[in-house]
Amino acid sequence: MSEDKATAKTSQPGPEAIESVEELLAHAYVIEVDAVERYNLLADQMEVHNNSELAALFRKLAGHEEHHAKEILERAGDKALPKLKSSDYKWGEFEAPEAAELDRAHYLMTPWHALQMALRAEKRAFAFFDQLVKTAKDDEMKKWSEEFREEEAEHVRLVEELLTRYPEPAEDWAEDPDPPVYLE
Amino acid sequence: MTAHTAPAFKASDYKSDIKPVWCPGCGDYHVLLSVTRALAELGRRPEDVACISGIGCSSRIPAYVNCYGFHGVHGRSLPIGTGLKVARPDLTVLVAGGDGDGFSIGGNHFQHACRRNIDITYIVMDNRVYGMTKGQPSPTTEPDWDSALSPGGTGLSPFHPLVIALASGANFVARTFSGDPNRTTEVLVEAIKHPGFSFVQILSPCVTFRPDERGWKDVVHTAAVEETDDPARAARRIMTDDGFNIGILYRGNRAPYKLTGREATSDTDQLGEMFAI
Amino acid sequence: MTAGGFLLEAAARSGWFGLMTRSVGPQIRGGEAAALLRFSNRRVDVPAESYNILFVVDWLNFDRFSAEIHLTPDTMVIADPDSGEVPEVVVKSGARMFDMPVKQVLGAIEGGRPNMLATGVVGGIIGLPIDTIYELIQDNLGSKGEKAVNSSKATVEAGYRFAETLTDAPALAEPKKSDKRRWIITGNEAAGLGAVRGGVRFAAAYPITPGTEILEWLAPNLRKLGGALVQAEDELASINMVIGGSYGGVPAITATSGPGLALMTESIGLAVAAEVPCVIVDVMRGGPSTGIPTKSEQSDLNIAVYGLHGDAPHIVTAPNSVSDCLFTTQWSVYLAEAMQTPAIVLSDQFIGQAKIVIDPPADIAFVGKRLLAQNIEGEYRRYAVTESGVSPMAVPGVAGGQHTADGLEHNPRGTPSTRAEDHMTQMNKRLRKITGFDYGSHWAEIDGEGELAVLTWGSCTAAALEAVEAAREAGIAVKLISLRLISPCLPDAMAKALEGVKKVLVVEQTHSGQFANYLRAQYELPSEVRSYHIPGPLTIRPSEILSQIQDWS
Repeated sequence: MSEDKATAKTSQPGPEAIESVEELLAHAYVIEVDAVERYNLLADQMEVHNNSELAALFRKLAGHEEHHAKEILERAGDKALPKLKSSDYKWGEFEAPEAAELDRAHYLMTPWHALQMALRAEKRAFAFFDQLVKTAKDDEMKKWSEEFREEEAEHVRLVEELLTRYPEPAEDWAEDPDPPVYLE
Repeated sequence: MTAHTAPAFKASDYKSDIKPVWCPGCGDYHVLLSVTRALAELGRRPEDVACISGIGCSSRIPAYVNCYGFHGVHGRSLPIGTGLKVARPDLTVLVAGGDGDGFSIGGNHFQHACRRNIDITYIVMDNRVYGMTKGQPSPTTEPDWDSALSPGGTGLSPFHPLVIALASGANFVARTFSGDPNRTTEVLVEAIKHPGFSFVQILSPCVTFRPDERGWKDVVHTAAVEETDDPARAARRIMTDDGFNIGILYRGNRAPYKLTGREATSDTDQLGEMFAI
Repeated sequence: MTAGGFLLEAAARSGWFGLMTRSVGPQIRGGEAAALLRFSNRRVDVPAESYNILFVVDWLNFDRFSAEIHLTPDTMVIADPDSGEVPEVVVKSGARMFDMPVKQVLGAIEGGRPNMLATGVVGGIIGLPIDTIYELIQDNLGSKGEKAVNSSKATVEAGYRFAETLTDAPALAEPKKSDKRRWIITGNEAAGLGAVRGGVRFAAAYPITPGTEILEWLAPNLRKLGGALVQAEDELASINMVIGGSYGGVPAITATSGPGLALMTESIGLAVAAEVPCVIVDVMRGGPSTGIPTKSEQSDLNIAVYGLHGDAPHIVTAPNSVSDCLFTTQWSVYLAEAMQTPAIVLSDQFIGQAKIVIDPPADIAFVGKRLLAQNIEGEYRRYAVTESGVSPMAVPGVAGGQHTADGLEHNPRGTPSTRAEDHMTQMNKRLRKITGFDYGSHWAEIDGEGELAVLTWGSCTAAALEAVEAAREAGIAVKLISLRLISPCLPDAMAKALEGVKKVLVVEQTHSGQFANYLRAQYELPSEVRSYHIPGPLTIRPSEILSQIQDWS
């Protein structure tokens, strides 16, 4: 039998391994940057696949996250944030917590799906900072973590409010009797 | 370095302005992210990198990176990459494509590229299906996967690319999962840096023809033991794992194809003299 | 084989010209073999019609060669009476038989070998200076030690002594010496040299008879020039390696034969679409399938011209003699690089493997020069539509030139496109590159005037030229047109060449008349056209063409 039996999904440590305020802020910044990247990517996908309503929505979400990213940099002030490489991340999961799940995208997806995606992202971000609050190494880290956690809680509320405007689509939303096909 | 000051290269420097035609949900989007991040981490100038592919969904990737690219015919990406690297050893050459392109129509080149052990990195986005032709079984498809072309499944044992690569002489063998872009980036960085032929299988779900593959994110797992340079150990490990073991599974010390020391010692006039009586 | 090489080189050192071809059995080692030599005091490009001297080591499987070795009552046949029964075909020819106790003579010399005896006998008969042969022995066998040299010299000397006993022996005309050192070269070697002179510094190789020798010549010599050759796993790989190397900005070549060319055709189409220059030398042999690998034929014409799928304009050239393999290959590198498209060079087994004595070839100005994009500002368009059709090519390493070369139809930027307009524009551009190019006078060799023209190509040219010269001596005015540029066709140049011509005799070495059919399809020819087409393995002899000319005059 293989030596590689039943191990963790990812070898990446979680937020509890974050050591300093600078590292924490760098992670907080990457969370927003990755979110921007994903929403823009999803907006591009929807443009290519002629789903203009969703393209606009994702572009808007990307705009919000971009704003958050800028804010974090401003708030960090003179603090020297480390430049994180892929191997430095401490998400405890595959991706930054607020990165939208690309594998859940679909060319016929509706605003309800997009907002559900955003809601899950915000909740994951909340959980990330919640964990940090619990494991912060010092008071300053704890303070920052609490601030970020509250902001994420606010984002969750905002998305939930938005969702009330969009009912869940019928079960056959993904059905396409004549799917567009490109063959090579 | 601070996040305020721009690093030498950002991942976005390696992205072209062409929007992919891949289906939303496709794992290849993640692979594209990982490739651009890896190149940024390595700090290679975009113009010194070439990305070569064949035909298939994933083979569209050269157009989406802001590097030199070649979108060739079906199955022949490795020979193009080989020719380019031998002619231009100064370049970083990535060859990318899918499981059908690389293991079926290009299967012979795959083995010989491993054996030749030229310093290039071969990235296969394995989704166990031909997507560009609407869902036929590929060499890595499970034997019972039902499709129009092979009703009831092919009944054939899946091809085992990692073992073939190892047995054929590749110097670096790894498996990653597209949905784990950080780990994939890390592995790609190591693969590109490692001398000789590096093979990276990236499990990359096809959400259109293999929606079941969305479930891969729940079954992949990090390799528990350290990477090895012992091919026998690596072979046993790869042969017996569950196919979802993620990590660098072999990092060897096999001598790469010699690309240096090619200074001219003659000219064409001198060569002509060899025919003089 | 050694005997033939020694005789050719000894003749060359003494001021004669010559040509050597070989004929071998199918065995990998130890098969029957014949070296066929023709000497003259002027350059010879075609094997002899008949042979004056036949030295027989043994008669085993002679019938395999008998069709190639034409004997007449003037032929001197020197054979050991103990080497078996004289074949009927030899007896019937009426050739003069001379007995030589080959085994006995060799038995008396320690280390005596038949090839040295053959060298001595033939050298003695035709009057080659024995000292020249001794020099060659010293040069070639010196490293094997004094003993080997002495026994070879003794064997050669025994041959010369026997030759002195013969009467009515044929002798060579007075040699024509030259101040310049002449060359001995095969067509395949010449093709290799032409390639590197044209600027080739990368090659990919998959062995196939009779193209391998080009690759084997290139392997060490590219290295000496700072280039490289890779051995590929198959021809699908070799052509794509060549495309990859050339995409990197390094002029690249591969050599193959019919079966290999068949495998390469898909990717040659890729080179057309992606506009990557490359040169493929097809040393043609008898086909289809494995056919007759060791014998010549011109039957890959159709696949070279028409074998690519889609509308895929590309270059097809053909050397018209052994030494022209140098010029045509070099020119083809130049054409491919200038037009950024693949060039297929149709050589064949005869001109590829024949060894010839020539005056040293002149330096040719053609060196591949690709139109490159440098100092790029703004958006780079790899397939920009230009007047000539050729677009500046950015090679990897040039900042701002990043693009994806694509086999998919594309727009000027290289982005895949299915739009009718892009397809039309790019197809026009790719065609314009090669139809609007100035090929100068090299597209054909044109000789003489007459109402009758012999229209031929490739290795048939030398035989046609001898036939045409013989016809002129007999008072028949004949024009010779030999095409070096097979594709694209040049209607205006051909019309000019055919001015005043009323009858055309097309000569080629195929079974189906591929060249004649191609000419009829692509060119306006005079109303009277005859096609003389004979498949391999026998080369077309000048006398056959001459009798065609005489029949029609």
